[in-house]
Amino acid sequence: MPLLVTEGLNKHFGGLHVTANVNFTLDEGDIHCLIGPNGAGKSTFFRLLLGEYAPSSGRILFDGQDITTLKPFERIRRGMSVKFQVPGIFRSLSVRQNVEIALQDHIARGSLADEIDRLLAFVGLTDAATQEAGNLSHGQKQWLEIGMAIALKPRLLLLDEPTAGMSLEETHKTGEIVQSLQAEGMTILAVEHDMNFVRQVARKVTVLHVGRIFAQGSIEEIMADERVAAIYLGEVHA
Amino acid sequence: MTSFRRWISRLEGPQTMGRGPAFWVGFCVVLVAACAYPLFSDGYTVGNTVYFFNWVFMALGLSLIWGYGGSLSFGQTAFFGLAGYGYGILTINVGDAYGFTLIATLLAIGVAAAFAALLGYFLFFGRISGVFLGIVTLSVTLVFERFMAQTAGPEWRVGSARLNGFNGMSGMPPLTIPWFGESIVLYPDIELYYVTLGLLVIVYLGLRILVNSRFGNVLVAIRENPERAEMLGYDVRKYQLGAFVIGSSLAGLSGVLYTTWGQYITPSSMGITAAALPVIWVAVGGRSDLTATLAGTLIVLAGFQALTIYGSQYALVVMGLLLVLTVLVAPQGVVVLVGRALGRLFGRGAR
Repeated sequence: MPLLVTEGLNKHFGGLHVTANVNFTLDEGDIHCLIGPNGAGKSTFFRLLLGEYAPSSGRILFDGQDITTLKPFERIRRGMSVKFQVPGIFRSLSVRQNVEIALQDHIARGSLADEIDRLLAFVGLTDAATQEAGNLSHGQKQWLEIGMAIALKPRLLLLDEPTAGMSLEETHKTGEIVQSLQAEGMTILAVEHDMNFVRQVARKVTVLHVGRIFAQGSIEEIMADERVAAIYLGEVHA
Repeated sequence: MTSFRRWISRLEGPQTMGRGPAFWVGFCVVLVAACAYPLFSDGYTVGNTVYFFNWVFMALGLSLIWGYGGSLSFGQTAFFGLAGYGYGILTINVGDAYGFTLIATLLAIGVAAAFAALLGYFLFFGRISGVFLGIVTLSVTLVFERFMAQTAGPEWRVGSARLNGFNGMSGMPPLTIPWFGESIVLYPDIELYYVTLGLLVIVYLGLRILVNSRFGNVLVAIRENPERAEMLGYDVRKYQLGAFVIGSSLAGLSGVLYTTWGQYITPSSMGITAAALPVIWVAVGGRSDLTATLAGTLIVLAGFQALTIYGSQYALVVMGLLLVLTVLVAPQGVVVLVGRALGRLFGRGAR
């Protein structure tokens, strides 16, 4: 059962086609990674899914319903959630309050404190709860934002380079977080450069290249595909 | 006892400095002192103190819009003037019998709120933010000022209320409370002092509850990172508009109180100097905290009046310097700085 479908999704800025006729299907319960060289159109595709950009043409279906014209916050309320590439947190508020703001509309007032504690423990920030979020380390900020994103109990979690700037160890821990979310039934779509992370978590990989879907398959199939290796070296032009 | 505790707990939270018994004991001491103050003073001085209180509502409203919501409105005086003139027009035409001055107060604030809703709709749903929001709101108040300043001719009247151009409108009745036998007329004296003080306490406590509620949480989230707030499912525009309307209604309340206090309002109350002063009061005290805004506004106002008496035209220059110094030395505000230092000293209190 597909949770997210794009049909003939196009986005062009003037004459530049950044997303070209993308027909993409994301199955419920999958961890799906989106890779591709710089300028492949990954970020634009993400912004189209979130509603930050309006597509030039095409449709986006979420859970069978057309969400193409919905505003970002309306899509979030339908069950999407996102973690940005640059940590999007509330810097001068405490870590705890960051999570509270994400969570407050999704839980009864009486259980709020317990659920904040549970989420902080899940992303490993229990000890940092009273700190100002802006003072966290880079990795901790990323985890805090993941904690905020999953506080919404989304059906679809979008991750934009969740391990950017992380150490190997932090990357691995992030992979474990993502895997346990999937085990709870969440569907995850991640844009990622780090192939260690992709190997660790991805069940399915889509390669974007100059705005088009270039290849799709399991991680093994993608790694074995010589054409994919070639576009990373800049030899193939679609 | 538990319901009392719960009520107190809604007044406290990460969005306001001061919590726990120590703070509330201090609050009660200050309140008792404020209540006792007229006993040790004369009617004229007490009436003058009311003049300071009048402005605090506008300052608290700006703290909500700017300090908590992150949208700098440079034109709160537009709502101040609109409500002030509105009160004048209504009461000059209808009079003060049967408590109409109180109804006129509500109507005038309603007009300010309705205009804020209209203007705010175009601003926030048009995604105007940052410095442009300041420019547009300042322009609005200056347009009001210019318009009212050219209404000197006898043709500019609403019913029997002459707008009177640059000289301003006068002769509206003060607030009058209907009472058995004889109405209580609130001239700038002890009775008006207690009414205004009571309003101030209600508004201050009400805003404390508001900013520590879910609404306040979202408001500060928008200040910190509007994109993230939207991506948590909040319609950022509605929250910004809500804060703007509430804050502007408080500016309207200030406008009515000012007008009834002196039975007088002029276009210069919406001019550029008047528009800049609330920004200074709020910035110097500490815009992101209600208590700091309240204390800071009263301190700066008292200082400003002292300066005006002794050095008239230099007072405004000092105000400007004060703003620049605050931005450079204590960008969070002086009262917030002191409050946090006290909090560290006693190991509690400040956030």
